[in-house]
Amino acid sequence: MATRTLYDKLWDDHVVRTEADGTALLYIDRHLVHEVTSPQAFEGLRLAGRGLWRTNSILAVPDHNVPTTKQHRGNGTAGIEDPVAKIQIETLNQNCEDFAVEEFLMDDIRQGIVHVIGPEQGATLPGMTVVCGDSHTSTHGAFGALAHGIGTSEVEHVMATQCLIQKKMKNMRVSVQGKVGAGVTAKDIVLAIIGEIGTAGGTGCAIEFAGEAIRDLSIEGRMTVCNMAIEAGARAGMIAVDQTTIDYIEGRPFAPKGEEWSLAVEAWQHLVSDEGAEFDQEVCLDASKIEPQVTWGTSPEMVLPISATVPNPSDESDAVKSSGIQAALDYMGLTAGESIDTISVDKIFIGSCTNSRIEDMREAAQIAKGQTVASNIKLAMVVPGSGLVKQQAEEEGLDKIFIDAGFEWREPGCSMCLAMNADRLESGERCASTSNRNFEGRQGQGGRTHLVSPAMAAAAAIKGHFTDIRDLS
Amino acid sequence: MEKFTIHKGLLVPLDRSNIDTDAIIPKQYLKSVKKSGFGPTLFDDWRYKKAGEPGMDHSQREINQDFVLNQAQYQGASVLIARENFGCGSSREHAVWALTDYGIRSIIAPSYADIFFNNSFKNGLLPVVLGEDIVDQLFKEIDDGYELTIDLEQQKVITPSGEAFAFEVDAFKKHCMLNGLDDIGLTLQHADDIRAYEVKRKQEAPWLMA
Ligand code: SF4
Repeated sequence: MATRTLYDKLWDDHVVRTEADGTALLYIDRHLVHEVTSPQAFEGLRLAGRGLWRTNSILAVPDHNVPTTKQHRGNGTAGIEDPVAKIQIETLNQNCEDFAVEEFLMDDIRQGIVHVIGPEQGATLPGMTVVCGDSHTSTHGAFGALAHGIGTSEVEHVMATQCLIQKKMKNMRVSVQGKVGAGVTAKDIVLAIIGEIGTAGGTGCAIEFAGEAIRDLSIEGRMTVCNMAIEAGARAGMIAVDQTTIDYIEGRPFAPKGEEWSLAVEAWQHLVSDEGAEFDQEVCLDASKIEPQVTWGTSPEMVLPISATVPNPSDESDAVKSSGIQAALDYMGLTAGESIDTISVDKIFIGSCTNSRIEDMREAAQIAKGQTVASNIKLAMVVPGSGLVKQQAEEEGLDKIFIDAGFEWREPGCSMCLAMNADRLESGERCASTSNRNFEGRQGQGGRTHLVSPAMAAAAAIKGHFTDIRDLS
Repeated sequence: MEKFTIHKGLLVPLDRSNIDTDAIIPKQYLKSVKKSGFGPTLFDDWRYKKAGEPGMDHSQREINQDFVLNQAQYQGASVLIARENFGCGSSREHAVWALTDYGIRSIIAPSYADIFFNNSFKNGLLPVVLGEDIVDQLFKEIDDGYELTIDLEQQKVITPSGEAFAFEVDAFKKHCMLNGLDDIGLTLQHADDIRAYEVKRKQEAPWLMA
C-alpha cells in the first residue's frame, strides 16, 4: 500500500462517498456546539421539520458570552446583565432541551471554553473527525484527530446528516527541529511559524506539525499550536499520536473503557504519517532560533522576537505591504524603530482557548509568584478555560499567587478574547493577551492587542511593559 | 437559497488585504439568534464614527464619510472588490449574512480564507477568484457607476468595456448555486450510504459509535 500522511489516513477513514469531481461526504464523529453559531442551525432544522442524525455525537456548552465575574454567575442565567447575551444562552439551553442534546450548563463545574472542555472530558479522541461552529476547532487536532471549524450552515448540515461536504485539502508539514531554549513556549513556537509562513500560508491545507520541538510538547502545548493553525490560514492542524496523547486521555469521562480502551489504543498507534509519505508543502524551522514572541500589528503574522524593534514601513519595497505596515502602526499607536521591550501596556489578559489550560496557569503563576502587578496596569485578569481547570489551579494554590500579586481571578469563559461579554478594552488601551487574534477591535473597539505566551503576559503585568522572560530568572 | 446565474451590479472597491470577519461584522452583533438584519452593521467599525450596539437605530448614527461604502457614487453597490485573504478570522457565518443582507451578491478578490469561502456558497454569495494583476487592473479602472457582469454559467466577469475574465469554480458548488439547491436535502438522498458507513465503522471502531 502506498505511504500515507496522517491527514490521508483520517480522511480515508471517514469518507462515506465521493463524487466524480472529488467532492466527498465526510462522516463526523464529534460535534461540539456553543451559543453563538448554533441558534440559526437549530432554527433551520425546525423550519425544515428535520431532526438530529446522531444526538449523542453532540456536546454543547455556553462559553462565548458568559460573564466571568462571580457575582454574575450562579443561579442559572439570572445573573447575566446583557439581555441579548442572556437570550442567546437561554436559546441554547432551550434548543438542547428540545433536541435532547447533552449540555454543560453555565453553573456546571464542567462548563468552559468549548475547545478546552472537549479534550478535558475525553470527548475528543484520536482518529475522530471533530467539528464545531468555531474556527479554533483546529485545537482538537493535537490528538491526531481531523478537526475543522465550520459555519452555521454546516453546523445545521452536520446536525441533520452527520456529514460534512468537503473536498480533500492539500498536505502540508511544518517541522520544528531541535529543542527550544529556556523560556520559549508552545505559543512562541506557533507565533514564529505564523511569522514564517504568513496568515494565508496554510490556506487550502491541513497542516501536520512535526519535529522534535513539537514532540517534546505536552498535550496542552500541542493544543496551543494546533489552535493557531487557523491563524496560519489552515482549517485543520494536527499532530501524530504518541504516548503523551494516550496518557492524557486514559480515564477521562468520555474515553473508552475496558476492552474497548485496549482496542482503541491499538488502533491509535497507526495515527502517524508513514515513513516517506509525501507532502505538497514542507516548511522547516530551527527550534533553537525561536525567541519569546510578541505581535506588534493587527494580524498574527505581524510578529517579532522580544529582542526586535518595531518595523519601518519604508524598509518594505512592496507598496501594498508597506502601507499595510503603516496602517497597523497607526492603529497600534507605535513608532517605527522603537524597541518592543519598551512598549508599556494597560491591561493583561491570560486566558482563551489558546492558553487557559492548567499548564498555562502554572506557567503564568511561576512568573507572578511573590511579585506585584505594576502600577500602570489598569487590569490584569486570569480566566481559566474551564471550571475543572479553575478547581485544579485552586487546589495547587495558583489563584492565591495571582490574587496576591494583584491579578483578578475569574470564572471560566471566552472573556476578553473576543470581548462579547463585559470584559473588554477601551479605545486606545493596550493589552498583553494570550489569545489568538490581534485584529482591529477584537478585544474592544479601538483596543490594541499584542499576542504573547502566558509567561510573557505575566511578566508584562509585573514590569508594566514587555520584557524578555529569559532575563527574569 | 437564492439562485445565482447572471448578476450585473455596481462595483465598490475596498482596497485592503486580510479583511477579517471581525471587521466585516463586529462581535457585539453575533448575539442575535437570527440570520437577518445584519446589513446595517456590515463593516460597523469603519462605517460609523462611534461603536454601535445591537438594537440601536443605525440610521440615526453618525457615519464616517471617508469610508467607501458611505460615498454617494457607491450607493446600491452589489459587487465588492478587495485584496488577498478576504474573510480571514472566525467561522462566523454572520459575516456572509451581513454582506448579503446589505445587498452584496458577489465578491472579487485574489484569495479568500477557507471557511468564509465555503460559507458564502451556502448563502448565494459568489466569491470570485481573479488573479492579482486583474484585481489590480479593476481597482484602477473603477469609475463612478462602474458595473460588472458576473456570469456564473459561463464563469466570466465582464467589464463595461466588454473585456471578459474567466474564473474557476468548483463544479458541485456551481451546480448548487445555479439551482439554488439546499445541500442538506441533497445529502439526505444518500442516507443509505451514511447508514452503511455507520455499520462498518461500528465494527472497526466501536468506541466511536457508542
Ligand atoms: S476563547 Fe476566543 S478564540 Fe477561543 S473559542 Fe472563545 S472566542 Fe473563540
